[in-house]
Amino acid sequence: MADLQTQNYIRRSATTLTPPSVRNHEQEVAKLIDVTRCIGCKACQSACMEWNNLRPEVGHFEGAYENPGDLAPSVWTLMRFEEYENDVGNLEWLIRKDGCMHCEDPGCLKACPAPGAIVQYANGIVDFMSDACIGCGYCLKGCPFDIPRINPVDHKSYKCTLCSDRVGVGLEPACVKACPTGAIMFGSKSDMKDWAGERIEDLKSRGFENAGLYDPPGVGGTHVMYVLHHADKPGIYSGLPENPTISKLVQFWKGLIKPIAIAGIAFAAVTAFVHWITVGPNDVEQNDEDEADRLLKKAEGS
Amino acid sequence: MTNTWQDIKNANLVVVMGGNAAEAHPCGFKWVIEAKIENSAKLVVIDPRFTRTASVADKYAPIRPGTDIAFLSGVIRYLLANDRIQHEYVRAYTNAGMIVKEEFGFVDGLFSGYNEDTHSYDKSSWEYEFDEQGFAKVDETWQHPRCVINLLRKHVDRYTPEMVTRICGTPIEKYMEICELFASTSAPDKAMTSLFALGWTQHSVGAQNIRSMAMIQLLLGNIGVAGGGMNALRGHSNIQGLTDVGLLSNAMPGYLTLPYDREDTFETYMSTKQFKPLRPGQISYWQNYRKFMVSFQKAIYGDAATAENNWAYDWLPKLDVPLYDIIRAFEMMDKGEMTGYICQGFNPLQAFPDRGKIRRSLGKLKYLITMDPLDTETSRFWEDFGPQNPSKPEDIQTEVFQLPTTCFAEENGSLVNSARWLQWHWKAAEAPGMAKSDIWIMSGIFHRMREMYRKEGGAFPDPLLHLSWNYTDPHDPDPEELSKDMNGRALVDLKDASGAVTVHAGKLLDGFAQLRDDGTTASGCWIFTGSFTEKGNQMARRDASDPREQGIAPNWAWAWPANRRILYNRASADPAGKAWNPGKPVIEWNGTQWTGIDVPDYTPTTKPSDSVGPFIMNAEGLGRLFARDQMAEGPFPEHYEPFESPSENILHPKVKSNPAARVFADDRAAMGKVADFPYVATTYRLTEHFHFWTKHALINAILQPEEFIEIGEVLAKQKGIVQGGWVKVSSKRGWVTCKAYVTKRIKPLIVDGKPTHVIGVPLHWGFTGQARKGFGANTLTPSVGDANTQTPEFKAFLVNIERATGPAV
Amino acid sequence: MKYPKANIVRYPTVTRVNHWITAGCFVLLVLSGLAMFHPMLFFLTELFGGGQWARAAHPWIGTILLLSYGGMIVQFWRDELFTWDDLQWSKSIAKVIVNEEEGVPEAPRFNAGQKLVFWAMAFLVPALFFSGLLIWEVYFSSYTTIEQQRYAMLIHSLCAIAAILVWITHVYSGIWIRGSVSAMMHGHVTPGWAFRHHRKWFRSLVATGSRGPVPNPTSRTEHKS
Repeated sequence: MADLQTQNYIRRSATTLTPPSVRNHEQEVAKLIDVTRCIGCKACQSACMEWNNLRPEVGHFEGAYENPGDLAPSVWTLMRFEEYENDVGNLEWLIRKDGCMHCEDPGCLKACPAPGAIVQYANGIVDFMSDACIGCGYCLKGCPFDIPRINPVDHKSYKCTLCSDRVGVGLEPACVKACPTGAIMFGSKSDMKDWAGERIEDLKSRGFENAGLYDPPGVGGTHVMYVLHHADKPGIYSGLPENPTISKLVQFWKGLIKPIAIAGIAFAAVTAFVHWITVGPNDVEQNDEDEADRLLKKAEGS
Repeated sequence: MTNTWQDIKNANLVVVMGGNAAEAHPCGFKWVIEAKIENSAKLVVIDPRFTRTASVADKYAPIRPGTDIAFLSGVIRYLLANDRIQHEYVRAYTNAGMIVKEEFGFVDGLFSGYNEDTHSYDKSSWEYEFDEQGFAKVDETWQHPRCVINLLRKHVDRYTPEMVTRICGTPIEKYMEICELFASTSAPDKAMTSLFALGWTQHSVGAQNIRSMAMIQLLLGNIGVAGGGMNALRGHSNIQGLTDVGLLSNAMPGYLTLPYDREDTFETYMSTKQFKPLRPGQISYWQNYRKFMVSFQKAIYGDAATAENNWAYDWLPKLDVPLYDIIRAFEMMDKGEMTGYICQGFNPLQAFPDRGKIRRSLGKLKYLITMDPLDTETSRFWEDFGPQNPSKPEDIQTEVFQLPTTCFAEENGSLVNSARWLQWHWKAAEAPGMAKSDIWIMSGIFHRMREMYRKEGGAFPDPLLHLSWNYTDPHDPDPEELSKDMNGRALVDLKDASGAVTVHAGKLLDGFAQLRDDGTTASGCWIFTGSFTEKGNQMARRDASDPREQGIAPNWAWAWPANRRILYNRASADPAGKAWNPGKPVIEWNGTQWTGIDVPDYTPTTKPSDSVGPFIMNAEGLGRLFARDQMAEGPFPEHYEPFESPSENILHPKVKSNPAARVFADDRAAMGKVADFPYVATTYRLTEHFHFWTKHALINAILQPEEFIEIGEVLAKQKGIVQGGWVKVSSKRGWVTCKAYVTKRIKPLIVDGKPTHVIGVPLHWGFTGQARKGFGANTLTPSVGDANTQTPEFKAFLVNIERATGPAV
Repeated sequence: MKYPKANIVRYPTVTRVNHWITAGCFVLLVLSGLAMFHPMLFFLTELFGGGQWARAAHPWIGTILLLSYGGMIVQFWRDELFTWDDLQWSKSIAKVIVNEEEGVPEAPRFNAGQKLVFWAMAFLVPALFFSGLLIWEVYFSSYTTIEQQRYAMLIHSLCAIAAILVWITHVYSGIWIRGSVSAMMHGHVTPGWAFRHHRKWFRSLVATGSRGPVPNPTSRTEHKS
């Protein structure tokens, strides 16, 4: 019987072959986070902990409502709070649920050296396969959103799975289920975009001229999208990147260098071999020994 | 709530003031979001802090804690001065035109009839003028200088926008914008909903805060309509149930009142209860008081309550003071007048003001019994937990019995939500360890005490010996049996006028209209009658269908009274019976009867032409802009400063704070002065926690692990306080050392020309549970309550703050 | 003076041990590094007990390499300094490659090519080490930004490729110049080998009566005077 799970992979890290591709009719999913109706209650955070059995340590108050203080191996989603004073001097408390964006073109997957440690399903979800993870941290370098975290105990990388286990059986992600205000929606990507359009219209009518959808094209779009009141300034939402792309450095490292390097190394080896069979070894000849002997004797004689 | 959670979605304007719905009621807050999205509603938040509710608001205005009445009185002035009230509604459904006695007056902050010695009022002048038939006089033209609307106009005239901003510190342009938003809902087809909670109740003028908004809602025609109402968001899943069944020292189930000791006979007691209608043709539903009372006595004492013994009236306890509230209880413990305390489902060491006094008082008890699913601080008050609970156990003689109980998920039962719905819940898990249900524990105590009385006699054994106790397992009555008792049953065959049997003896009743005052019916809580009938457990119904998709699902659970989802729904239609808002009708007159999606306030065949008022519990059938004698401090709300306030009362310097408040001498001595404690503090909850419970749950502890206070950037800079740094916050009563959150969300307010700083004190941390140890906000709070309810003034008091180095461990 | 029958000491024991530690580390680093560099070579991690082990071992081996190569530098640096003669030698590289002796300047202990290898590695090994530190996730990732780590990653890869190319040159040279491997294995070369490949060195040994690897500090000439 076919392993349908693996047939669902449309991308697989550190793989030079084409993944199974005949089952090509799966709908792309997306989570839509409407920042403008989020009340920062952290129900999503607790649902995430509940469903995934995550329990970070009881921390300390660190001068912010963010608790725990940052994403961590056992913190896959986190409400980030930003006090922002707008142009007319009114305060806005911008609360954004942070977590994996599930990029269409995932930088983590591109950077990963371990075959199959990161996969992308046909529905767009990017998932970490912990058994294959080697803990190198390359995914952190590949990610334009600073999401994955390596656990220092087991040396595995962790992040939001978009509840791929739930989605796989037709349920919504746990955070979506728990959100009391419907600020987190889940469905097909096209439906989510349509719904976002309605929201943006409403926001514009309330004076948010720059309301818009955050679905950054630099990473081919994402399967987690935001409705923002100020889509022109994503940076004010606790540093959401303006135009995220996979770093040029990573692209170069994971792109051009690889073939050039392998070719270079192969070329060097082949050159050496050709030299060996054409020129051959440089042997000491009897003449050299004699000359050396002569020199030695001369020295002895003096 | 007059309306329902779901009904909030019908509002055009949602005002959150005196509450923080998004943080304290995140689940219910979905309906506010729904109103915004589906009904293009605007959300206005008025709060000392920019809260998480404010983060999704269309308009936010800051206000100094404890000045809500000034703000709202200013709004009333704006509505009246600009004629932005719903005239037809006000004329038909409120007492605006009724003429008040000539003796009534208001001078320099005091209403007529004040007695300085007793700090209370003789309220006889707070009354209508009556005609020969005993009906209140009305001037439908509103020309009479002493008709209510004109007295109100005069009363609020002082609350000019300038005065409001001087008192409240609210920027004037924000205030005016909000006035206009309020006014926009005076259109008959527009509704505003008021969502409030402990931000209004926890003041020395708490009840009047709420009244002020209720009056605005009456003037705007927003009571009884879809998307309107006064909606108290209850802070606890069953606190509505607590008040419904009368778990207050002066109450009995169904809002019947416990007798005073001066009401020495049943007839004396009844003489002040069955209000005669004050206008022709009105219902004045309390005329049925006797039926409810007798049925209650029958439920409690069964056959032992007879006409001959006045339905066992003598067995009821009689109050010698207005209220044995918790502030008084701890005052008595402190004075050695109360030596035993059964503390059931309550954590006063965290929850009640002046923690030092609470700890001291508990240490003077002979015994303390705690019944709780959690290891509460109160149970461990005697133990030394370091600076967060310094104690010398060897000096404390109190014997503590800590009885673990089940929690809601470990037992069957019902909870009454904010919308008055009785919702049945089913046991989901076995209780851990030795935990037992409260019912089991109370039954055990009852049986042992009754046995002792039976064997040893006593001063007054009758109430216990005659208590009716007919349960399958007398040691552990089934919650369903108790619910049936609450609902009530016929004790004999009940017959209608024609002699036909309507209810057979022993059968459960369908509604409180069936209750009788001749001892033939029993009902433990008349407002719950109909919740558990012969058709079954109505509270367990789970049909979510909502015929008009207007937030009323009549077959989901059961709402008191009579499964009515919107109280005063008669007022959703105009006097002729047509909906004010044809788009969202609740009930309408179809020519022969009232029809619609809700149960009407009165008999469905009562004609509009009968002019029966929608406010059937009031003797005049009308909504009261003038409260008569119902409030302790006056028939109109008046701005009084909190007992600890940084400001004089600009309106009347001689009467600064609520003149009718009860303050014990020791508590008054523990009030701080602005010279020593220059900053205003206010306490509140955070979304991540529920009071002092969820710190026992690991996930909640992770989400908000440690005690902190919130302070504005300006004051923090002045005081050299850094983000996340340690501070010491002190009041006259104690101090707290915790971390500081320096925030833009609290700005200094200009009050009477002077900058006033507000410090926010979240209240969740204690010394048991999974979160980090904390001192608790009630270390700081003053021991003074609202003059009517004695709800403590947690929302406005004075503190000082300074940099600190962290607690000595 | 009479030479014993034994040959000339090219590398003393300490040097040889040091070299082979370095070499061993380098090989392991190449294997584990390439495994993480290119998916087709990931199978090489199996040599280390799997990906996790390869990832964990790599930086530690690198640390040993750094220390070990430090030892090489201490031992060799004097003989690896470039001189003007190296320029002359380099100019005749075309002859060297085809094994022609005629017209190639005499080489000291190390010729210019060897010096290049030595100094290339002397640069690359620390560069690899320090760029590697930045991406040593377990211990050092918190000290730098991700962007800095991305640069480190790239530098590490480029240096590694360079080092591999240098290493191939080095290894092949050892095979090509017969007797070199044995010299590093056992420490000795024949006088003829020294004469043929490092005549200047040989002459200096002969002149000072040294058995190698370096000339005696005082020359015989000075003794005589």
